[in-house]
Amino acid sequence: MLGWEFPPNHSGGLGTACYGLTKALSSEGVDVTFILPTRLDKDIHADFVRLIGANIRFRTIDSPLSGYMTTASYRQMTENAPAKMAMYGRDLMEEVERFSDKVREIAKRESFDIIHAHDWLTYKAGINAKEISKKPLVVHVHATEFDRCAGNTINQEVYDIEREGFNAADSVITVSNFTKNMVVEHYDVDPSKIQVVHNAVDFKAESIQESETPALTKTDKIVLFLGRITIQKGPDHFLQVAKRVLEKMPDVKFVVAGSGDMERYMIERTAELGLNKNVMFTGFLRGSDIDMAYKMADVYLMPSVSEPFGITPLEAMMHGTPTIISKQSGVSEVVSNCLKVDFWDTDEMANKILAILNYQGLSETLKENAYEEVRKFDWKIPAKKCVGIYNKLVGRK
Amino acid sequence: MVSLCFYFHVHQPRRLRKFSVFEIGQGKTDYYDEGKNLAILEKITKKCYIPMNNLIMSLIKRYNFKASFSFSGVVLEQLERHFPEVIQSFQELVNTGNVDIVDETYYHSLAFLYSKEEFKRQILMHRAKIKSLFKKTPVVFRNTELIYSNELAKLAEEMGYKGVLAEGADHVLGWKSPNFLYKPKGTEKIKLLLKNYRLSDDIAFRFQEKSWKEWPLTVPKYVQWLNAVNGNGHTVNLFMDYETFGEHQWSSSGIFNFMSALPEEFLKNPDNNFKTTSELVRDYEPVGELDVPYLVSWADVERDVSAWLGNRMQQSAAQDLYQLEKPILATKDKALIEDWRNLQISDNFYYMCTKWFNDGDVHKYFNPYDTPYDAFITYMNIFNDLMIRLRRKPQRKISLGEKIQQKRQLKQKEAITE
Repeated sequence: MLGWEFPPNHSGGLGTACYGLTKALSSEGVDVTFILPTRLDKDIHADFVRLIGANIRFRTIDSPLSGYMTTASYRQMTENAPAKMAMYGRDLMEEVERFSDKVREIAKRESFDIIHAHDWLTYKAGINAKEISKKPLVVHVHATEFDRCAGNTINQEVYDIEREGFNAADSVITVSNFTKNMVVEHYDVDPSKIQVVHNAVDFKAESIQESETPALTKTDKIVLFLGRITIQKGPDHFLQVAKRVLEKMPDVKFVVAGSGDMERYMIERTAELGLNKNVMFTGFLRGSDIDMAYKMADVYLMPSVSEPFGITPLEAMMHGTPTIISKQSGVSEVVSNCLKVDFWDTDEMANKILAILNYQGLSETLKENAYEEVRKFDWKIPAKKCVGIYNKLVGRK
Repeated sequence: MVSLCFYFHVHQPRRLRKFSVFEIGQGKTDYYDEGKNLAILEKITKKCYIPMNNLIMSLIKRYNFKASFSFSGVVLEQLERHFPEVIQSFQELVNTGNVDIVDETYYHSLAFLYSKEEFKRQILMHRAKIKSLFKKTPVVFRNTELIYSNELAKLAEEMGYKGVLAEGADHVLGWKSPNFLYKPKGTEKIKLLLKNYRLSDDIAFRFQEKSWKEWPLTVPKYVQWLNAVNGNGHTVNLFMDYETFGEHQWSSSGIFNFMSALPEEFLKNPDNNFKTTSELVRDYEPVGELDVPYLVSWADVERDVSAWLGNRMQQSAAQDLYQLEKPILATKDKALIEDWRNLQISDNFYYMCTKWFNDGDVHKYFNPYDTPYDAFITYMNIFNDLMIRLRRKPQRKISLGEKIQQKRQLKQKEAITE
């Protein structure tokens, strides 16, 4: 298994998905060796690894690569700490190449039956491993370059790597039909080679009840944005929506939880729109802080422009938070008990937020039904599907 | 002796248009999706009302066939406006003397559950409508979606009805048969007619279901089932939505051919005949008393009211609406009262049903909204607009002197602002 990030050192849904899937695969009796880039100065969290299953091993490769890295963010890292970065690739692509070479070395020594690579940073490594071992390659698409750029110009190099990965793969897994269509349409991949495996969520009833709610919730109505603050997630729409909602209910608070390349823009834009009193930024949240954020929110809004899956709505529903999601998402294919809106329709988002805040019958029914529904999203289901795909590939070879 | 009693329910709601929170209080009172309502009514007129009415007319002429109908006031209004030829066709059927009309609430509402006064008002409205269109005064009553209890039977009796319809649900009947008339507990004379849900649903729900073990349902097979009642029942009551014919069960399923061939086969047994609901009430005596202390209906597997009032959205919306009864009626504002009553149409609550996973599929099929949540949001936004209209109404009569003073003050204000 090749990934870029794993909890607790993760910044997005990719890490969450890799964790959930790996843990469930382990329960299904699959031995997993998880290879991921890690900075030596970061803790690997041996305890955490032990926690998730005896038949899971980690092989880390010293590399500054991490989830959601872009050419720009890599360059910035190099400029900020030139000394530290001297031993790594000069730019992102060079580092990806170096990482992939290291994986080739590991692949020579390890024994395995299947190579499973998550998202573009690991595709080259996957291809290398396949060349050495002659074992089947599964590439798992959690996002494509088109999602990340949300309609803006894509990075050609990334696109080429993705396409190469899809072509070299024996099987392509997408996290939704939405993404499957994207891969078929933009990368010209044979649809029969693609399997849709929807993500799931770790259902943890106890911790939710235990966590405390902060005093803020007692008086204020809160609408939550939680995710990377980047164009793909539609954070600017969140502000538009806030403005519309405040026309009708001037005391609602809008909380933006997360970090990302549009953070500064968002703060400036908030001031520009005169929303300083109502919009708050929490920065990047982890663990129990995330639980807390969901719990104190009256509405969770995911206004993503292009969301291959979207685990956060499932998390919000699990916390009993009425949820509104963009229709341009994979998760909207599989959930019923949340509200769905086109990402560009900020008026309709405001309409639905105001309905949840004002009509108690709606928030109660959503809460109750969503909580029941979300229990069905067990990682066992995607894990079983993956095992099915593995068996087919191994049987064929 | 078996009497076959067909009862058809004719209803189409006035569906609401999408209404955003930003439209509340803007003076927009066009709450209805008239385009969609017209399109659906046109489709049903073509696929069901016209062909089925023609078929029934020919069956009456050839076999002395009989049928009973109830119409919601809401569908009659819409037909009068857009398809008067359908009204005329129903009038012709009624004029044969073989077609009976059953009363119901004008707005196909749940008023029985929330306000007995409003319930009675809507029955009287319905009675007047039927009188004006068909020159008839029905003697049999059916409540919306066959929602029924002892209390309903009592109210119907008070309103002068001689018969009332209900679902012959297993949990109501126990070992008793739906093929007799009963006396509702706590009533004097009114008679209870029970739907034979197996034989009704064979036609209404299963007819074109290829996975059903009895598919295809042939006329001889079905008549054999009807004849089996001979000796242990007086009547087989087949109650169903009229849209069964041509709309729920498609013409291509052979439903019209089935109905067209049924009378001849059925009448081969000389003991068999057709009766209308009021003829049943006239000709048969109850065989016993039936106690239904709780609510039953003809909907879903539960046969209860959970399709309309099963979740918090539905309950809160209905409570909010009926709380407006007194102040709305006090305004005497025709348009406002009519909008309030249109919001009572039970379909509005049905669209908010979240029983997705079994019967929910049926709900989804008939639902003009993407989700029950969208149905609720639109409903409540319109409700809040109605509230604002109500609030803007003067609460009491203003004397002429006060009016003059108000005008003077207004003029002064204008002068200042200018």
